[in-house]
Amino acid sequence: MHPALQAILTIIIGVGGCVGYFYFSNQFLDKVLFPGKGPNAGRNITRANMIRPWLFLMPALLALGVYLAYPVVETLRLSLTERLPGGESQFVGLANYQQMFAEPKFWEAMSNNMMWLLVVPAMSTVFGLLAAQLSDRVRWGNLAKSLIFMPMAISFVGAAVIWKLVYDARPVGQDQIGVLNALYMFFGGTEPKNWLTMIGPNNYLLMIVLVWIQTGFAMVILSAALRGIPEETVEAAIVDGANPFQVFFKIKVPQIMGTIVVVWTTITIVVLKVFDIVFAMTNGQWETQVLANYMYDKLFRANDWGVGSASAMIIMLLVSPILVWNVYNARKEMQ
Amino acid sequence: MSNIAGTKSSLTWAVHLSLAALVLLWLFPTVGLLVSSFRTSDQIASTGWWKAMVPSEQNLTLRTGGADDQIQKDGNFVIEGNLFGEPGDAVISVWGTSSRAISDYKAGETAELKKGTSVTVQGNGDYVMQSPEEISGKRGQRIFATAKTPPEFTLKNYKYVLFDPSNREGMAKAFFNTLTVTIPATIIPILVAAFAAYALAWMDFPGRALLIAAVVGLLVVPLQLALIPLLKLHNEIGIGKGYLGAWLAHTGFGLPLAIYLLRNYMVGLPRDIIENAKVDGATDFQIFTKIILPLSFPALASFAIFQFLWTWNDLLVALVFLIDSTGDTTVMTKQIVELLGTRGGNWEILATSAFVSIAVPLGVFFAMQKYLVRGLLAGSVK
Repeated sequence: MHPALQAILTIIIGVGGCVGYFYFSNQFLDKVLFPGKGPNAGRNITRANMIRPWLFLMPALLALGVYLAYPVVETLRLSLTERLPGGESQFVGLANYQQMFAEPKFWEAMSNNMMWLLVVPAMSTVFGLLAAQLSDRVRWGNLAKSLIFMPMAISFVGAAVIWKLVYDARPVGQDQIGVLNALYMFFGGTEPKNWLTMIGPNNYLLMIVLVWIQTGFAMVILSAALRGIPEETVEAAIVDGANPFQVFFKIKVPQIMGTIVVVWTTITIVVLKVFDIVFAMTNGQWETQVLANYMYDKLFRANDWGVGSASAMIIMLLVSPILVWNVYNARKEMQ
Repeated sequence: MSNIAGTKSSLTWAVHLSLAALVLLWLFPTVGLLVSSFRTSDQIASTGWWKAMVPSEQNLTLRTGGADDQIQKDGNFVIEGNLFGEPGDAVISVWGTSSRAISDYKAGETAELKKGTSVTVQGNGDYVMQSPEEISGKRGQRIFATAKTPPEFTLKNYKYVLFDPSNREGMAKAFFNTLTVTIPATIIPILVAAFAAYALAWMDFPGRALLIAAVVGLLVVPLQLALIPLLKLHNEIGIGKGYLGAWLAHTGFGLPLAIYLLRNYMVGLPRDIIENAKVDGATDFQIFTKIILPLSFPALASFAIFQFLWTWNDLLVALVFLIDSTGDTTVMTKQIVELLGTRGGNWEILATSAFVSIAVPLGVFFAMQKYLVRGLLAGSVK
């Protein structure tokens, strides 16, 4: 069957199935199981209303359970076992972790990831805050914002191509077609550099790609927060003789600190999962490995599920503080 | 903030200028790709794309016609024609007949060659070669010319990448595959999530708070953890690698955000409407379909855009759950990664392919930015 037909059929079956499930399960509950008529009408309606939420929730819970909750447990289990030939597996305790910790490539990925964690959220937040503040009172601010926001819509792979062109190098003597080398030569460089193979700087050049993408996100959230600052506080500061910089750093920034933390943590999670950019631009060569790509290498190139799962658990471990913090905040907000 | 008399104007200028600089900086890389996708491979390889807007000066190696083209005129043997085939927009400034002296003659001047042969080249590429004897040599005389060519853009790359049936690395099929993945993977989670979000927002049952907390927690679980367990599961239940697996995976991974966004929105809907409907005897199912769903349109749109962008731009889920060894179900992101490997230097193909895949999300982005922003504001955990 043609995939397009298959897709249309899936939409019809999927949507129809969902609607049908919700409709008929409710009908069944109200008409057959606990009819809201007859001698026990009152009791039946109460019972039906106790069950109904679970009817509404069931498909979502099923999907969440199978596609997110179960894998966490299963990955933990896999990280403690080793596959044996013939499909069997054997419990090996922490051997996979030991093996992983002995690999220099893992520590390279760890230290790179830590740099990513420091640089990308910080730079994105700073640029986002700058863009939000600058565009706040300018008439063409909305246009500026939507142009800075635009990279959000571009795939990591697309961004990788865009930036590979920026970093492109041509042999000496030819016109440079990569902006970076063109600038480098213009300002007196002697020979064009292969930026992505330069160990050290290349990591930062990859980070720039993610900063470029995430700045728009930071800007949108922070811009809304800046708008939410009560006018009076700013006016009072101006009356007291604060200059614009003092107003920004002493009045505005402290008031949106909560939002800055949210932006920071959200970008942190993106960074921990970053895969496509490294995969497409260097594939972890020249010491640019990161955890997510290391894990992909282990799982699908080396076919080592044990160590691959162990490295996935490391990513999970790094995410967990933020997970706990988010849940804690969400619960506090609900009360 | 800058209402202090006197400081206003200079500060305003600084704000305008810095914002403009920031916007240009952010736009520059993307524009580079877009411009490159409209240039020929020769143009891309010879000059930076930022020079594409102004005429470029190139050193060309051209040839006159060969011995077959000569005619006899007034006792001389003559070859006439245009070095570019036909007069175009290019203008020759200087030229020469040897690779060691490529700028010996100006346009319009005549060069003396061996055996009384002479050749005259005009600025537009017209040449006349004369000789008292019959001209030999089938390939003609080489002319080294320095020519200024005006900006020139072409749609050839797009034709080649999208419509050339002989191009096995074309994007047409990958484009449809991406579309095939994206649309069901966007629609199905919305429906599933909307019902769940309603239950979490407006129905009372034990464990509700716990479930909401669980959704917030699952929001940040890295999907890397799901790869092997789910691939194993898909293989065991016979789905294997294919569209169905990709749709299911995208649905599962998109649900936490969908439920979270929709619940937050639905909680904010006015309580009166829902309670009045209940008093009037409406069932929860009716309230949901007749009142909540239409009122939640902005939140539904926000999530739809997120999910669309995310599934369209995704590489990892496609690599793991969709693309099998035959490669028939390849998506655009994977195709581009492959091109980066095999066609690393062919920027005209890379740029065009990348832009084909970027164009749709960009269109959606600019058309529905309002909902995207709204969704972002609601979706970041406060």
